[in-house]
Amino acid sequence: MPEELVNLTIDGVPVGVPKGTLVIEAAKQAGVLVPHYCYHPGLSVAGVCRMCLVEIEKQPKLAIACATQAAEGMVVNTQSAAAKSARTGVLEFLLINHPLDCPICDQAGECELQDFTFQEGRAATRYSPDYPKRFNPVEDFGPDVLYVPNRCILCTRCVRFMEDVAREPVLNVSERGDRAYIGVHPEARLDHPWAGNVVDLCPVGSLLSKDFLHKARAWELDKAASVCTGCSQGCNITLDTRDDVVVRVRPRPNLEVNRYFICDHGRMNYRWMNRGDRIEAPLVKRGGELHATDWPDALERVTTVLRGAGPRVVALVSPRASTEALFFARELFRGGGGEWTGAFQVVMGEEAPLPGVPDLALRAERAPNARGAELLGYGREYAAALAAAESAAVVLVLDEPDIPVRTAGTLIYVGTVLPERARDADVVLPIANVAEEDGTFVNRDGRVQRYAQAKPAPGMARPGWWVFSELGAALGRGEPVASAAEAFARVAQAIEPFRGLSHAQLGFTGKPAAVAVPA
Amino acid sequence: MGFPHKPHPRETVLLSRYFGEADARTYKGWVKRGGYAALERARAMEPARVIDIVKESGLRGRGGAGFPTGLKWSFMPKEKKKPHYLCVNADESEPGTFKDREIMRWTPHALLEGTAIAAHAIQAEVAYIYIRGEFTEPLAIMEKALADARSAGVFGDLKIHLHRGAGAYICGEETALMNSIEGKRGNPRIKPPFPAAAGVFGMPTTINNVETLAAVPPILVKGAAWYKALTLSSPKSTGTKLFSVCGHVQQPGNYEVTMGFPLKDLIYELCGGMRTGRTLKACIPGGSSVPILNRDETEACLLDYEGVVERGSMLGSGGVIVFDDSADMVYQIMRLARFYAHESCAQCTQCREGTAWTTKILERMLAGQGKPADLDLLLDLSENMTGKTICVLSDSCAAPVVSGIKKFRNEFEDYIAGRRQPVMVA
Repeated sequence: MPEELVNLTIDGVPVGVPKGTLVIEAAKQAGVLVPHYCYHPGLSVAGVCRMCLVEIEKQPKLAIACATQAAEGMVVNTQSAAAKSARTGVLEFLLINHPLDCPICDQAGECELQDFTFQEGRAATRYSPDYPKRFNPVEDFGPDVLYVPNRCILCTRCVRFMEDVAREPVLNVSERGDRAYIGVHPEARLDHPWAGNVVDLCPVGSLLSKDFLHKARAWELDKAASVCTGCSQGCNITLDTRDDVVVRVRPRPNLEVNRYFICDHGRMNYRWMNRGDRIEAPLVKRGGELHATDWPDALERVTTVLRGAGPRVVALVSPRASTEALFFARELFRGGGGEWTGAFQVVMGEEAPLPGVPDLALRAERAPNARGAELLGYGREYAAALAAAESAAVVLVLDEPDIPVRTAGTLIYVGTVLPERARDADVVLPIANVAEEDGTFVNRDGRVQRYAQAKPAPGMARPGWWVFSELGAALGRGEPVASAAEAFARVAQAIEPFRGLSHAQLGFTGKPAAVAVPA
Repeated sequence: MGFPHKPHPRETVLLSRYFGEADARTYKGWVKRGGYAALERARAMEPARVIDIVKESGLRGRGGAGFPTGLKWSFMPKEKKKPHYLCVNADESEPGTFKDREIMRWTPHALLEGTAIAAHAIQAEVAYIYIRGEFTEPLAIMEKALADARSAGVFGDLKIHLHRGAGAYICGEETALMNSIEGKRGNPRIKPPFPAAAGVFGMPTTINNVETLAAVPPILVKGAAWYKALTLSSPKSTGTKLFSVCGHVQQPGNYEVTMGFPLKDLIYELCGGMRTGRTLKACIPGGSSVPILNRDETEACLLDYEGVVERGSMLGSGGVIVFDDSADMVYQIMRLARFYAHESCAQCTQCREGTAWTTKILERMLAGQGKPADLDLLLDLSENMTGKTICVLSDSCAAPVVSGIKKFRNEFEDYIAGRRQPVMVA
């Protein structure tokens, strides 16, 4: 059934929106951001900050855009003198008790109080400097969350998140009037596995991440769209880097996957991306020792090995590798005419659901691309593959740090870091990690999602798909590809569930692959 | 607790008729005075008929807003799909108002009977009477009356619960009251949804004031036309109204008069006039939340919904606060602002910060440190606090400030200019 649309005008722009849409959301479609604090699309409507007051024709009073439903023929004016002056009034009230300590506040630069004050606030305060500002000491709310009450504007987003979304109501508004502050249950901590979201939700610098505390100013950060590698859920994230170091992970909205949230496990799962002990050059074995070399030499060594390979090849791959890399790795052996085995192992952990959002959890399978590996023909029979590796002619290990492999054949290690056992390899090829390349993962529900490069790869490390496509080309199996998008195009050509998809089409929120979704 | 005064001849005693008669508190005593006959009569009617009668009577809400009671009842879903609730607002926390307390103290069965009739009209199976926490004596009386009437079986299947408040002014706001009944923090809710669609526990709910419901039984006994005829001025305001008079009059207390009664006569005749040697200066006619009237406005004011609006204020809850010429209006207004700052629930920005800021400005002014720009600032803050929040607490703080500065500006200016001795503000 087609959705019933209502037509309204917002600041002169006509828009049609589904019935029941809130004016604040309809305004977004008209290209108008109505200033707001308490409203958040992922939370219940509170209507308390009164910042989104707008004028609606034929209504006697200003209305809050966050709690007013769009109606047929409605004429909304967000820029009328009355609406603007009401919002200026709210900003003035919000600031009288605010410490204005922006220079030492982590939120500065990405603070909605700063932004809207700059946009439509008063230039100077009328609150006499003789009146003391409200003061409460900083509180330790939980493992990663600090509360700075002096900066709090009591929008209650954090309270509503814990109550309605995490369903662990440990926060409340304590006291009344201008004495009010956010309180934490005296016998509880803010330690829910998804509690870190309150820091993102906080529109000001009142709830802070201890992990990110004073690490960077917001304007020093570069941002890249990415996908969390913490589990098989595939939450969309943004990697914030400062001087090519990942310093923060934040959720990136995707209504199909993680809405506006990520779990704390995913949030803290980034330090390894900055590891300093990376393989920075291809290594080849000469006289029993690994020696650094250049790419042509290393690729030459590998092609020689592969050309002479016997009938049995075993690939032990990481379910954290990109779909593109896994595809070209598989193509390398599939064309060989012999028998090949590809397998991966998945690290398991505890599952932690977010009760207020259906089908969203930190999944037990801590692997972002296990599903992608399966679609490409890699199996979960890791032990069998290990056994097969013993008598295989060639064993390829793709970024799997745990390699208890013993083989009579040749070991080729393609990875980001060099585990001790990888020193047995004949060739070691350095590749980029997830923060250093473009690629895709397929989440547990079969959704193909892109991630983008956030920082350069160290030294001579290259993306996995580049390495395998170059090797394939050297073996005479088609032209090499020059980008992750091209690499994915090959995947889409060859692998049925990916047919018709492309990087451009996936956009930054992904598309489902044509696979049966597990019930 | 004081004992009520003898009715003045110009009073129309309908609700207050049995004030002072301890026997009227008992179930037997109430029945002897014709009690519960109205309930029986209502029970024999279709709910819609009861609503029509109340509509015809012109009865309007006595809690403050003056919304037509029958019309409010008619907003409840006709076809019952969910449980219906009735809430009785006995939180009476408006400063200057003490009429509901006396109704519950002297005629608890009048309230219970009105409650049962209303519950029948709106097809509610449960009624909550939300009693102000400080009302320990009225609560005890209500508990006894409820137990007696219940054991006499007068309520049938209707369940009536007495719910005791915990001291927050805001819990007298209808949606905050519902949150409070649900065990939540007493924060007013955004409307819509209105209570008739989703009230207490998310179910269709009607909420009425004590005085409103106490007026319902006589309407059913004597008829809508009789009640409608009780008016001295505007036909839109009918019946009698209890006025709680306090302040600088000779005899403060509750006075019941017909709608449209002159405020002047209430003060000068019924209450015995001002204190000896003093003259009237100002009056707040409808509880602390309404604009202040000056002497001329007070003396010209007729006490009904329209009459008070005509003079620039509101009938509100009927709490009449009278000031004589000894009153320091700046101090009085500061006390009101401080009350609202204390009671603000802290949800809406303008109210949370505005009430406190207003109070600070007034306190400094009284301390002799006001600035000439303060008056414009107060008016501007009040403008930002009016009509922009979930409930009207913020508006209520602004109303006396705006009307006070308008009507008694010289007193504010005297403090600012140092012509008045600063006051110690604790």
